[in-house]
Amino acid sequence: MFGTTLLLAFREIRRHLLRSFLTTLGIIIGVAAVITMVTLGNGVSKSVEDQISSLGTNVLMVFPTRGDRSGTPRQFKSSDIEAIRTQIAGVKTVAGQVSQSVTAIHNGQNWATTVNGANDTFLVARNMELSSGRIFSDTEQEAGKSVCIIGSKVQSNIFQADTSPLGQRMRLDTVSCTVIGVLKERGQGGGGQDQDNMVVMPLKTVQRRFTGSPDIQTIVVAYDGQYDSTSIQNQLVKLLRDRRHLSDAAENDFNIIDTAQITAAVTGSLSVITAFLAAVAAISLIVGGVGIMNIMLVSVTERTREIGIRLAIGALAREVRMQFLTEAVVLCCLGGMVGMVLALGLSLAITSAAKVPFAFDPMINIVAFGFSALIGVVFGYFPAQRAAALDPIEALRHE
Amino acid sequence: MTDAPLIRLSGITKTFGKGTAAFQALKGVDLDIMRGDFMAVMGPSGSGKSTTMNILGCLDIPTSGTFTFRDVPVQSLNRDQRSLLRRQYLGFVFQGFNLLARTSALENVELPLLYRGESKAARREAAMAALDKVGLAPWATHTPAELSGGQQQRVAIARAIVTNPDVLLADEPTGNLDTERSVEIMELLTDLNRNSGITILLVTHEPEMAAFAHTVVHFRDGLVERIERNHRPGQPVDGVAPPDVVVEGKD
Repeated sequence: MFGTTLLLAFREIRRHLLRSFLTTLGIIIGVAAVITMVTLGNGVSKSVEDQISSLGTNVLMVFPTRGDRSGTPRQFKSSDIEAIRTQIAGVKTVAGQVSQSVTAIHNGQNWATTVNGANDTFLVARNMELSSGRIFSDTEQEAGKSVCIIGSKVQSNIFQADTSPLGQRMRLDTVSCTVIGVLKERGQGGGGQDQDNMVVMPLKTVQRRFTGSPDIQTIVVAYDGQYDSTSIQNQLVKLLRDRRHLSDAAENDFNIIDTAQITAAVTGSLSVITAFLAAVAAISLIVGGVGIMNIMLVSVTERTREIGIRLAIGALAREVRMQFLTEAVVLCCLGGMVGMVLALGLSLAITSAAKVPFAFDPMINIVAFGFSALIGVVFGYFPAQRAAALDPIEALRHE
Repeated sequence: MTDAPLIRLSGITKTFGKGTAAFQALKGVDLDIMRGDFMAVMGPSGSGKSTTMNILGCLDIPTSGTFTFRDVPVQSLNRDQRSLLRRQYLGFVFQGFNLLARTSALENVELPLLYRGESKAARREAAMAALDKVGLAPWATHTPAELSGGQQQRVAIARAIVTNPDVLLADEPTGNLDTERSVEIMELLTDLNRNSGITILLVTHEPEMAAFAHTVVHFRDGLVERIERNHRPGQPVDGVAPPDVVVEGKD
C-alpha cells in the first residue's frame, strides 16, 4: 500500500507541476540557506584554523608589553632564550626574533617587505620549509653573515620568474645580502602577517645591521605536545618575571600567546556565528512549511470531490490521510533535494569567489533534508486530517 | 440466485438535524432487493430516494431500522468497515461522472484496484478488460477532458465494474447526457446486469430510463409508495406504464 500511496503522490505532483514547484520554493530556499550557511561557516573556520596552525602547533609566542611602566616595552635579552631552553622542561626549541620593515631591491625592482632576524630554530618552531636552497649554516649564524632566505612573494616580485634567485644578491634598504634559500608558499598567516612576504636573515645580522641592538623582540617557544601548555606557560611567566625583576605586585610586562588557544577561541566563536546564521536560515524552512500547509489546505478544498470519489470507492480514512500526508512529505523531500543541490552549487560558487576552502559537511545535508521531511509531516498532518475526516456524501456533492 | 434477498431494508428511518430543526427524510422504508435485479428508484425531490441510495451505498447509516447486505448488518458497522464493504462489493456511477481530471481513463479505472492493493500488472489487465467491456479500450490513454460526456460516463462505469462488484449504484447516470447517449448507457447497464450478473440500483427522473429496469420503486414523502415489475424491460414506456407492467400496491 505504501508504494501505491507514493505513486499517487507523485501523480498528483506531476498533475500540478508548477504549483508544486512554487509550493516547495520555501523549502528549497530554506534547505539551501541552512546548508550553504553551515558549509561556508565550516570553510571559514577551516581556513582560519589552517592559518593559525601554519604558525606552528604547540608553539608559544612571547611578546614584550608595557606592563605597569609607560614608554616603549622592554625587549628580551639573548640570555632569556638560553634560560628558557635550559630551565623549562618540555621545551623543544626556543628562538629569538627581531623584525623590521624594509624595502627589498633587486635589479631595479622595489618591494616592501619585512626582514625577520632569526636562527634556524625559528624555522623549525614555525614549521617553515624551504622550496629550494638551504638554511643558515652555524658559521653564518655565529658570524652574522649577510645571507637571506626569501618568501615566495618576495621572489615573485623582484626576481625574474625564469631564473633562480639562489646565489643572487639583493638589497634590503642599504644592506646587501646573498639569497641562499626560498620559503615554501603558505598563504596568509594569522594576525594579518603575510607569511610569504618576508625575508629571513640570521638574528645577529639583523640585530647588527638593522635594529642596532642585541635585544630580542619575540621569543618563539616550541614545546613537546606531551606537556601541558598551561604548565609550560606558568613556568615561562615565573622565569621571565624573575629574569625581568618584577615585584610581586607588578603586572607582567610580556604577553604569551598560545596558537592552540587562538585556534580554539576563533573557531569557537565562528561556530557560534555559523549556528546563529543556520538558525536564522531555519526560520525560512519553517515559513516554507507554513506555505506547504497553506497549499495543502487549498488542495484539500479543491479536491473535495476527488476525496469523495476515493472514499466512495472504498478508500479508508487513514488511506486518504496517508495520501495527503505523503504528498506533503514528498513535496518537502523533493524541495529538500533541490535545496541540497542548490546549496552545493551556491557553496562551491561562494567559496571559490571568496577563496575559502569548500568544506562539504554530509551531516548538515542529512540534518537539513531530514528537517524538511519532518516539516512535511508536521505541516502536512492538519490538511491530511481534514481530508480524511470529510463525509463522502458531502464531498461528492461539493461543487 | 438464492431465495434470501441480497439486500434487505426493514423499518429504515433517517432523521437529519436535532430537536425542532429535525427533519425525517425516511419514515420506515422496507425493501428487498434480490441478487441480479435491475431496480430503478424514482420519486420527486425530497421523497427520500437519495437518502435511501446513500444508505444502500453504505455511505450513510440509518437512524433506526436494519439494513442487511450479504447477511451483514450494515447499520452497526463503523466508517472503515463500510469503506471495506464498498471497496469489495459496490460500484458507483454518478450523474457528474466524477472522474479524476488530468488522469487517463486507464488510471481512473485502476483507482479502485489501487485501494485493493493489487499489483500493477493485475491492475492494468483488469482496467483494460473493464474499458474493453464498455467499448473504450482504444481511449485508455485519454484524459476526461479529451472524451465526450457519454464516453466519460462509460469510463465511470468501467471504474465501477473493474472490481466485479455485487451491486452497481447509479445515481442519475444519464442526467447529463442526450437521449441517444442515455440509451447507450442504459443498454450498457442492461448488458452488465444480464451478462455479468451485477445487481443494478438506478436512480432516475426519466421514465424512459426507468423502463430499462426490471423493478421500479417509487418513493414519496420518505416512504416506498409502490413497486412496479416490468416484464419487458428495455422498452421505453413513453411515460405510460405498458400493459405488461404489474403494479404492486404498497402504502
